[in-house]
Amino acid sequence: MSRLLPALLLLVALPAQAIEVQRVVSEGGIEAWLVEDHTNPLIALQLSFRGAGALDPGGKSGLARLAASTLDEGAGDLDSQAFQGRLDDLAVTLRFDAGRDTFFGRLKTLTENRDEAFRLLHLALTAPRFDEEPVERIRSQILASLRRASTQPQDIASRTMFRELFPGHAYARSSEGTQDGVKAVTRDDLGAFVKERLAKDNLAIGVTGDVTSGNLARLLDQTFGDLPEKAAPWALPEIQPAVSGKTLVKDLATPQSRVLFAQGGLKRDHPDFYTGYVLNYILGGGGFSSRLYGEVREKRGLAYSVGSYFYPFDHTALMLGAAGTANERVSETIGVVKAEWKRLAVKGVNREELNDAKLHLTGSFPLRFSDSDSIARILVAMQLGGLGIDFLEKRNGYIEAVTLEAANALAKTLLTPDKLTFVVVGKPDGLKASAR
Amino acid sequence: MPHIDACRRPGRFLAVLILVVTLSAASSPCRAGIFNPETFTLSNGMQVVVISNHRVPVVNHMVWYRVGAIDEPPGKSGIAHFLEHLMFKGTKTLKPGEFSTAVARNGGRENAFTGHDYTGYYQTIAVDRLETVMRMEADRMTNLVLNAKVIEPERNVILEERRQRTDNNPSAILREQVGATLFMNHPYRRPVIGWEHEIRALSVEDIIAFYRRWYAPNNAILVVAGDITAEQLKPLAEKYYGIIPAVDNGPRLHESEPPPKASRRVSLADERVRQPSWSRVYLAPSHGTGQGASADALEVLAEAIGGGATSRLYKALVIDRKLAVSAGASYSPDTLGPSRFGLHASPRPGVSLETLEQAMEEEVANILTEGVGAPDVERARTILLANAVYARDSLTAGPQTLGAALARGYSVDHVETWPDRIRAVTKDRVDAAARQVLSSDAAVTATLLPKGKGGKG
Repeated sequence: MSRLLPALLLLVALPAQAIEVQRVVSEGGIEAWLVEDHTNPLIALQLSFRGAGALDPGGKSGLARLAASTLDEGAGDLDSQAFQGRLDDLAVTLRFDAGRDTFFGRLKTLTENRDEAFRLLHLALTAPRFDEEPVERIRSQILASLRRASTQPQDIASRTMFRELFPGHAYARSSEGTQDGVKAVTRDDLGAFVKERLAKDNLAIGVTGDVTSGNLARLLDQTFGDLPEKAAPWALPEIQPAVSGKTLVKDLATPQSRVLFAQGGLKRDHPDFYTGYVLNYILGGGGFSSRLYGEVREKRGLAYSVGSYFYPFDHTALMLGAAGTANERVSETIGVVKAEWKRLAVKGVNREELNDAKLHLTGSFPLRFSDSDSIARILVAMQLGGLGIDFLEKRNGYIEAVTLEAANALAKTLLTPDKLTFVVVGKPDGLKASAR
Repeated sequence: MPHIDACRRPGRFLAVLILVVTLSAASSPCRAGIFNPETFTLSNGMQVVVISNHRVPVVNHMVWYRVGAIDEPPGKSGIAHFLEHLMFKGTKTLKPGEFSTAVARNGGRENAFTGHDYTGYYQTIAVDRLETVMRMEADRMTNLVLNAKVIEPERNVILEERRQRTDNNPSAILREQVGATLFMNHPYRRPVIGWEHEIRALSVEDIIAFYRRWYAPNNAILVVAGDITAEQLKPLAEKYYGIIPAVDNGPRLHESEPPPKASRRVSLADERVRQPSWSRVYLAPSHGTGQGASADALEVLAEAIGGGATSRLYKALVIDRKLAVSAGASYSPDTLGPSRFGLHASPRPGVSLETLEQAMEEEVANILTEGVGAPDVERARTILLANAVYARDSLTAGPQTLGAALARGYSVDHVETWPDRIRAVTKDRVDAAARQVLSSDAAVTATLLPKGKGGKG
């Protein structure tokens, strides 16, 4: 077994050598980060606008989602069928999506249809029609999907958890929206959303594929040049999750309970972010090797899926975990999760675990660059996170720099087992349904 | 839809497989084939496929076995998938969990999956660590240690997996019932994960016998994609896999499906249902049943009438008549046994499933009398062919597609000539395929309804 090869060897395999990130700035001042790759005749573009679902007005929860789903349903002189027909005829993928903090767009095209694909993106961003038929049709689809989600354990658990953790804050609401909110959105609201939210000053762009920086610069001006300079101002307060150690139960007639657990995490720009990230890998982030996987699944067969996730937002951060477990074994599962949380807080990690985690996290970094879409997405994430254009070269160094002392010092302060909040959706034995 | 409904870790893999259905192969204006793989065969009969892709110093290493849920003995449903889970336990030289620990330490990611037609294992890892995972994958092909101690906790994990994927989800329960109704005799009637009472009853001896019979190099395919060539891989393949003796595992024999004679209805009313849905599935030809020309045409048909926002069913039912929130069609051309052609729709509020069904039947009748529109056929071909170029961009689409094809007994050529075959599908062939499948009255119609609402959508 050659299992303990030094980490240095892994650094040699960094993608930075194969992947060169260029900063492209157009004459009009539009910036994109580009990885040129002429292997295949295709181009993938990913874009983001800061400020999305969390800014939905109180009575119109789901506005950003409805806007994202209707932006490609007709623009300029092309109605919905003409616009979608153009995309299909050229096999161009164009999609938009709204999260809490960020509005995302994705374009993928063959090189031969490049200019027309970018023209369609430009039309969607600057001249969406929001005709009545497509808006009502998409609205009906979103309402149907919300009805479906309303009895899905995962969705109920997540909504319950966010309501519990962020009372009075926009993060309490899901960017998926609500029945009433989606019904209340008008076509004027959609038009206003586009004018106020899609601007140059909150835009980030990542591009990968068969395009030169010169051609991209020209396309950037044509596509984004006439967006408004500035998005409408917005402010969301910072918030600490209201973790309490409570267990909330939502009744649902399913044989398996969904168990969510959460506590505060570290934001992306926190100086200890990577130390926390490594700790979470050891606790529940590491696939088949994490402590939670071993104790909950391998040893006791309590669940098929179990894990924990570092989940930073713009204005808060969570450490969130989940498991699916038979109703009669929920209490046992919760007990094991709490015990593991406590063990990490009290005893920390040992040198071998830390070394294994660092070997995995550095060695697996190149795996993320598996296709053009993934690379474009990473380029956008780097800009959103303020990570710097040389991030790909530096990233493994941040992981390497995590020491055992720092990890165990952070484990003591970061992990708060007594305040871990649980949400259970199902018919768990021996747990009472709470009022919420 | 592919019949991959069970895998070791939740999440990622299903998405990849759905990709494979749509990208089931690929074309390029500048190259003849799609993935342009190199192939060779080891002396023990193990097939090897190499797809070079040098973007990053990473490889995707896969071993596929020509065995799946359809090969399970009577009364032993779920055994193929159970064994897949157990392959991560110990071998004669590795303790339980050591395999995964080693993959993780070497910066790799791994998983496995079971379908009706095949079982597969894979690791994605830096190319300089390839040898480590090849050694371990070869080791567990024959040296697995199985006993009650490792099997029992895993049985609970699998029961939880079944609850999570199926029992917790009314539409998944209905899907399972539809499969068991459409296929009256072929083993596709059994769910890949198995029936609960049979999963509970599987013994150590059952699983060992299944493993001994099917897990052998002559019944396996090695696919490596990424920063490597066949010349570089060959010595490693010979060293680790080439030394394993072949086993006479016998032919894969399955009950065949008789022509259906009656229409059947399957209905599920469940208190968890908030959005009703309707579907109809027809028994359909496939490449596996030797009806390749029909299969190619059906692939174009499914895209033309039910592929997306400009397809015929969506336009008719969702946009023009405003009866549905969604409508479409589905078809998998490459199944080893008979395939299924599906139609589906979900109603807008206030529209009953009866109304929706009637409208769908009218549209199908129109398609059968008027034929599919020539522009719709053209657009469908364009979309399918462009997907080929997109598939080449991905590190996973190539090994997925080629591995699945070879595990089902198809040739590399079957995949590589796919664009030419799709290009050659004419409107007449699409119309003929539609008549061949959709004129049958002996389909299975499924409805999913809220409980206690009088069957109204």
